[in-house]
Amino acid sequence: MPAFPTAARAALGDTQLRRNLAHATHTIRDKRAKVVAEVEDWEDLRLAGAGVKEAALRDLATHLETLEASLVRAGATVHWARDAEEACAIVARVAHDHGADEVVKVKSMATAEIGLNEALEAEGIAAWETDLAELIVQLGEDLPSHILVPAIHRNRAEVREIFLRRMAAVGRPAPADLTDEPAVLAGAAREHLREKFLRAKVGVSGANFAVADTGTLVVVESEGNGRMCLTLPDVLVSVVGIEKVVATWSDLDPMLRLLPRSSTGERMNPYTSTWSGVTPGDGPQEVHVVLLDNGRTRALADDVGRQALRCIRCSACLNVCPVYERVGGHAYGSVYPGPIGAILNPLLRGVSDEQTASLPYASSLCGACFEVCPVRIDIPSVLVDQRAAVVDSHRGDRVPKAEAVAMRAAAWAFSDARRLAWAEKASGLGGRVLRRFGRTSLPGGRAAAGRLPGPGAAWTGARDLPAPPEESFRAWWDRTDGGRHEGEGPE
Amino acid sequence: MRVVRVALQVTCVNDAMFPDTGKAVVRLLRRLGVDVDFPSAQTCCAQPMVNTGYLDEAVPVVRTFVDAFAGYDAIVTPSGSCAGSARHQHAIVAERSGDAGLAAAVAKTAPRTHELTEFLVDVLGVTDVGAYFPHRVTYHPTCHSLRMLGVGDRPRRLLEAVRGLELVDLPQAEECCGFGGTFAVKNADTSVAMGADKARHVRDTGAEVLVAGDNSCLMHVGGMLSRQRAGVRVLHLAEVLASTEDGAA
Repeated sequence: MPAFPTAARAALGDTQLRRNLAHATHTIRDKRAKVVAEVEDWEDLRLAGAGVKEAALRDLATHLETLEASLVRAGATVHWARDAEEACAIVARVAHDHGADEVVKVKSMATAEIGLNEALEAEGIAAWETDLAELIVQLGEDLPSHILVPAIHRNRAEVREIFLRRMAAVGRPAPADLTDEPAVLAGAAREHLREKFLRAKVGVSGANFAVADTGTLVVVESEGNGRMCLTLPDVLVSVVGIEKVVATWSDLDPMLRLLPRSSTGERMNPYTSTWSGVTPGDGPQEVHVVLLDNGRTRALADDVGRQALRCIRCSACLNVCPVYERVGGHAYGSVYPGPIGAILNPLLRGVSDEQTASLPYASSLCGACFEVCPVRIDIPSVLVDQRAAVVDSHRGDRVPKAEAVAMRAAAWAFSDARRLAWAEKASGLGGRVLRRFGRTSLPGGRAAAGRLPGPGAAWTGARDLPAPPEESFRAWWDRTDGGRHEGEGPE
Repeated sequence: MRVVRVALQVTCVNDAMFPDTGKAVVRLLRRLGVDVDFPSAQTCCAQPMVNTGYLDEAVPVVRTFVDAFAGYDAIVTPSGSCAGSARHQHAIVAERSGDAGLAAAVAKTAPRTHELTEFLVDVLGVTDVGAYFPHRVTYHPTCHSLRMLGVGDRPRRLLEAVRGLELVDLPQAEECCGFGGTFAVKNADTSVAMGADKARHVRDTGAEVLVAGDNSCLMHVGGMLSRQRAGVRVLHLAEVLASTEDGAA
């Protein structure tokens, strides 16, 4: 995966993508704003939500031990997975133990994060996504580009084409008279999925929350397909990030109020499923819970970044992010795109590779993400802190980057006003040259630089640059005693 | 509290590129009876370093800032971004430096740093500053003034009180223009895509002048409007507020 600026450039050239994204993000953004405005104590609710997650993280080890004990008591088998490889191996082993060559899946970020479908495929096990959008992505042999709406980058005509082209190869074909009406498309998906639900022996899920004291896992969804996967197969494997734990059942209260309004813009989500281990004669008779680290303890150890583990994957930050809106999710090179992905990926994986190191810079720091985050993750502050981590990781370089040289020079000039005054004088001279040779002027008459070569090109490719004035403010203040002796022009 | 000593933090961008904004602040504050000083030891708020991740490099710059403004009751800056930096980022830089003296100095200057509209409305208690600006204007609330500082409707109230000024709403006003400091260069393509949409919204208003409280954002959007030959001028809010019948910006 290329670094963000390169991937973004490619995405920006896709006009259909830009159009789909702008439409979808604005629709969901407006919907969210409306339902959030209905809640009088929204800010208190945000504080409560942040508090629940923060408290759980502060004492994570204890809560996880409680969770494990509760789950075991309820008849579940608990596994601990340090990384993606371990987690995938556990799921594959459970499937193999039951002679299953396929599993049905509830939409889950954790399983996407660990690349479970690909790992199972390598073991000869087909993993069927049952969430409508995940199905579209899977059939389209595509990558998800949004946390909540993985196929946000596709319009309905594209979805129709994917269904017609691919459904037959993996199960029940799409009806030949398929139109691009949303209800017709959903109907085709339902028929296609039904046979898979009824046939599958093993279901795989994640969890939105894991309640420590009761040993309850929670999935919040809109379509009901998740509930089918959670109740129909004989065996259920749930892959749960360790940061999903909350201490008590009552902690779910603020979370279940914050999540639907923030994510889908609904007052309440249509399906909330909870399961605790095994209930004889009802639902899966064998339940495995894989508690996944995969970089989470690494993030937990980061004083500033730790708050990213509060994330409840609502994707409100994606929908308001002006960067995400223009480039889409693929440019982030991860199942976690947008502002949260820009901090979560480096926190989980470190900043040693160029792609991950480019993510903290994939933001204009406008702060819209922090404003909408239901658990008050101060994403802009974490972005800046992760930028510092990137810079610090290069402090030992034998040859410093041009940027580092420039920043050190700027800091040197900014550390002493006399040096700055000197630099401004030089820039004023530059301005004089520009005024003589500049090919353009700004509205109002000020001289400006048109297209510049070299490093200036990144700015002037699409923007005129005002020529520096002959006299800086500082020089004007000195010359006129702060405007008290305004007289002749400079020099 | 009576504000006795008021300092102008002109900002490095205004100092070097937009001195007229600084002059407008001086003119405006004098008109309102404030004898504003310009401590010449000032340089920059250190935001370019902090926001790019060069926190160690920011330390001497923050030190220069707090030294230059020590002893003032209020520090006024015509930039939401730089005020935000002083109020929220200096403490981070000071803490990282491990210099307790610097942290203490920051704790003194940070709360005394006011963005211009905050100073006018909250400290001086005025919304009608006696300005005259007979133009059709649209206002872009820059991200840091809007979200980092929360200046709210203060700029709007000030603009609405300007005689002759026709204020028209900017569609999707609260969306970032795409400047973002070094973001404009490090992610130039995305920055330009965001700026193009902002420029389109500005053109849609039919305004003659785009006004904002941060010249860096205006430099970005204005540079784009200029390249498009859109015929829309950009102007800092301070220059609009300083305008009178005798001296229009």
